[in-house]
Amino acid sequence: MIKTNVIGKPIDRKDGRAKVTGAAKYAAEFGVNNVAYAFPIRSTIGNGTITKIDTSAAEKAGGVLTIITPDNAMRLKTLGNPMELMKVGGLLGEDILPLQDSKVNYFGQYIGLVVAETYEQARTAAEMVEVTYAKLTPAIDLKTEIPKAEMPKTSGFGAPAQLNQGKTESIIKSSPVKIEQTYTTRTENHHPMEPHATIAVWDGDDKILLYDATQGVKGVQGVVSYFFNLQPDNVRVMSPYVGGGFGCKGGQWGHILLAAMAAKTVKRPVKLAITRNMMSTNVGRRPETIQTVALASDKNGKLKAMRHANTSYKSFSNYYEESGKQTKVLYAADEREVTYKIAKLNVGAPTFMRAPGETPGTFALESAMDELAVELKIDPIKLRMINHTAIDPETKLPFSLENIVECYTIGAEKFGWANRKSQPRTNREGKYLVGHGMATATYPAIRSTASVKVQIFANGSVKVLSATQDIGTGTYTIMAQTLADALGVPVEKITVEIGDSSLPTAPVSGGSTTAVSVTTAVLVGGEMLKKDLMALALKDSKSKLNGRNESEIEFANARFYVKGDTSKSDEYTDILKRNGKEMMEVCASSVPQNGGGLSGLFAPCSTEQFNSEEDADAKKYSFHSFGAQFAEVMVDEDTGMIRVSRFTSVQDIGRVLNEKTARSQIIGGVIYGLGQTLMEETQYDKRWANPIQRNLGDYHVPCNLDVPKIDVHFIGKPDPHISPIGARGIGEIGITGVAAAVANAVYNATGKRIRDLPLTPDKLL
Amino acid sequence: MRPFKYTRANDAGTAVQTATANANAKFLAGGTNIIDLMKEDVERPDELIDVTRLNLTQVKTIDTGANKGGVSIGGLGKNTDAANHPLIRQNYPLLTQAIVAGATEQIRNMATNGGNMNQRTRCTYFYDTAMPCNKREPGTGCGALEGINRNHAIFGWSKDCVATYPGDMAIALAALDAVIKVQGKDGTERSIPFTDYHRLPGDTPQKDNNLEHGELITSIEIPKNNFAGKSYYLKVRDRASYAFALVSVAAALEMNGSKISQVRIAMGGVSHKPWRATEAEKMLVGKDATEANFKAAADAEMKNAKPLEYNKFKVELGRRAIVRGLMMAMNGGKA
Repeated sequence: MIKTNVIGKPIDRKDGRAKVTGAAKYAAEFGVNNVAYAFPIRSTIGNGTITKIDTSAAEKAGGVLTIITPDNAMRLKTLGNPMELMKVGGLLGEDILPLQDSKVNYFGQYIGLVVAETYEQARTAAEMVEVTYAKLTPAIDLKTEIPKAEMPKTSGFGAPAQLNQGKTESIIKSSPVKIEQTYTTRTENHHPMEPHATIAVWDGDDKILLYDATQGVKGVQGVVSYFFNLQPDNVRVMSPYVGGGFGCKGGQWGHILLAAMAAKTVKRPVKLAITRNMMSTNVGRRPETIQTVALASDKNGKLKAMRHANTSYKSFSNYYEESGKQTKVLYAADEREVTYKIAKLNVGAPTFMRAPGETPGTFALESAMDELAVELKIDPIKLRMINHTAIDPETKLPFSLENIVECYTIGAEKFGWANRKSQPRTNREGKYLVGHGMATATYPAIRSTASVKVQIFANGSVKVLSATQDIGTGTYTIMAQTLADALGVPVEKITVEIGDSSLPTAPVSGGSTTAVSVTTAVLVGGEMLKKDLMALALKDSKSKLNGRNESEIEFANARFYVKGDTSKSDEYTDILKRNGKEMMEVCASSVPQNGGGLSGLFAPCSTEQFNSEEDADAKKYSFHSFGAQFAEVMVDEDTGMIRVSRFTSVQDIGRVLNEKTARSQIIGGVIYGLGQTLMEETQYDKRWANPIQRNLGDYHVPCNLDVPKIDVHFIGKPDPHISPIGARGIGEIGITGVAAAVANAVYNATGKRIRDLPLTPDKLL
Repeated sequence: MRPFKYTRANDAGTAVQTATANANAKFLAGGTNIIDLMKEDVERPDELIDVTRLNLTQVKTIDTGANKGGVSIGGLGKNTDAANHPLIRQNYPLLTQAIVAGATEQIRNMATNGGNMNQRTRCTYFYDTAMPCNKREPGTGCGALEGINRNHAIFGWSKDCVATYPGDMAIALAALDAVIKVQGKDGTERSIPFTDYHRLPGDTPQKDNNLEHGELITSIEIPKNNFAGKSYYLKVRDRASYAFALVSVAAALEMNGSKISQVRIAMGGVSHKPWRATEAEKMLVGKDATEANFKAAADAEMKNAKPLEYNKFKVELGRRAIVRGLMMAMNGGKA
């Protein structure tokens, strides 16, 4: 473990001032000379074929440059084997390339594009295009499609999909205590504040620059280079600021290809900013789930079997929601079974959405645990403690670091769990029924290969550069903090440049991987540069360190000094100046053993490793984060309205890199969870396949008044194995368990067990 | 959004005259609804007449006529200003509560009182031009009738339209027996009793209200009443703020000793117009203000409800909301 000084401190965001003053430029805000504007034409049926697109009126509308349809669109390279695309880092959100044929697969699919001088002209002309279709009946309703559903053999990433199918039935049958219930969650959309946008700027026929709102500049580079047959180095993707992603900017969607196609067609830069309405159809969703959980225990609550049967849908990709993930990791049980049955629907492809799998999955499992606790008349925390496991039940590997019992204990104390009334309907405050509930949070800790460049200048400034992204999480800030400690320079002297695909490779900002992966590379980079600087000093007769051993030297405040004698020192800037160097730089990588994480395909720029006494071997340890969520609700039984009045979240996420941004991540995760729990839902009309919630007026997310004070605590012990820093990702775990904690609290308040999200007022009447 | 002509009017007469001359013209006041609808291609006016410069913003005591002693609210005043005006806060707290229950502070700072009366339904099928909708395009059918109609009407709908009027302010005004004053062509003025202003859909759902083309709302008058101490606006919604009502109730009572001498109940989120719960009101006049009587009155009103597939809960919710609203009103708006 490294010694930390700046790491962990709640310093303000490096990018905070730029964001609040408007200086931070988001993808659609880059000024590009001679830019034209594109607006998509979208299908108004859910399944069928386009028979005619009449563009005659639209072509005559003011400012129109061209209208691209499947009839005249340039042909892209065909998708072929998705592995080929993954090799260059691409991950298509859906396997439908825009405007390559006349098939309509879902309502809202891109079927054309108007390019015009202004945005308004493009949008107006798009409304004037008349489309006729040969219609087929769309498959929209999950329950209707279940008979046709299949049990997949592998998950989207190739892992076996079904675990121990049929193995729990006899245990459950003979068990003295059991519960079996079905829990349902609804289709949700991500709706980050910033909708997706791309500006495509060609330089000749073989080079392109894209400004894009993405969680992965390397992924966009991969997809564009692949489908336009370009050298990856000739595709540069810029995404310095991202207004939230939550997964829908993790893969690459059709608008990116459309912008590049349009720019090539009109031989001008083209900007394509999608609307809020398109955010509900064209950039992914968390799919609906139907989950049946059976838990069987002995009379003391010791689990004998856990069974989690998941039903959901996929559409035009291999992605489906792995809502059984947490059931493989949580609790000791003699046997566990996790199965999936996946139907196919005519809606845009489902995709990752903050804690994919665990978000709906912990609602089911952690509600079921509460139901079992009620059945056993055991305190819900006690039931979880009885079934605690220190090893991963599926892989039998020890967890790298696991403090879940401490999370329960601290959470119970901070929340005041001891004052909870276990009998429902016994806690009243005026017209409200008050209830308290808890649930376990969990999410995998994944570390990926990442690279950074570190530069030091003769004027004392320091830069760290990487093709990673800050999607609002604090990446800029924790990179600077890590380098401050690794290189011994004040954090204010450090500039961070990210969100540019031409910089050293880093993983997609998804799966809670960026913090652990990129800071480890920064650490290695800092160590490498420091070593280079020191080598120059030690052999320099003009240095006060001349002739000393490396082991005698310490560092702080941008200088080396002899241990115990700070008068014998050498400033970094002096070392550069004496050697006639304006700048020194290193490119560094961190490569986890046997992990590979999300970007094992990316070649690192160096193989040097430092401080590697940690054993980040994914074949020796199971890497997971855990936490405990506690909710207090006040239910107005007359109106059915639920107010979450308090929330406590205790998280074991290894070392905390920045107390302030980490807290914000958990608060954000909990709020996202409150949205899932109380209000978020995208419904589809079976007849036309159209989404009913098309904007933020219809698609409710929590407003300030829905969000109570959220009390966040971290265990804070460094994970000794995941990296030399010991921090695990934190972007996703905060949402897990929230829905169950709230629903369990609603049960505690009212005696009503609601197994169907969201918990809208009608369900409590 | 289709191209349109922008005209600025400096007085009501010119505004009305300009609008009357163009069947495809619309007034632009706060723009909080019309601009959205134009972006979505639902409204396609070829001319917007900006009326924000008109001097029709005051809140003042009425000193003559039938509503003498009541209050007049300028049609082009901002919602925020109406809600916060001392005359409204003191004499018509029900209206303040209803206004601030709607939208957000930012939207209320833009939205005008007259415009609020004319905001259009938020029915998805109305907003989505790919869907059939008789309100948007007469003769195409009602998408919501057999669609996802959770937010739709339970009173007064027709097979041609099941949309609801979305606002809050108008629900309170319906309870307060307000009068809408409009100016028509050639300077003519007329008064429309509030409950006659909005319409039930019938077979002409494209008409939300009885305003003639070109007519401008100049003011809203509320007669003097004695409800200030016993009124309450209850709004039940899917989140704590910034959501349209599933059901709302504006309740106001005037007591004569222990007996109810006057009662007003209007409901939002249940019909194509602010719904006056006249059955419930009839039951309560002369009765004691007890929870049992409130429940009986609510039952009488809600027994006529005709819910759709996805909004059956609104019948029970409406019943409870009436009772809660009346109880809260009795307690002076305090829980």
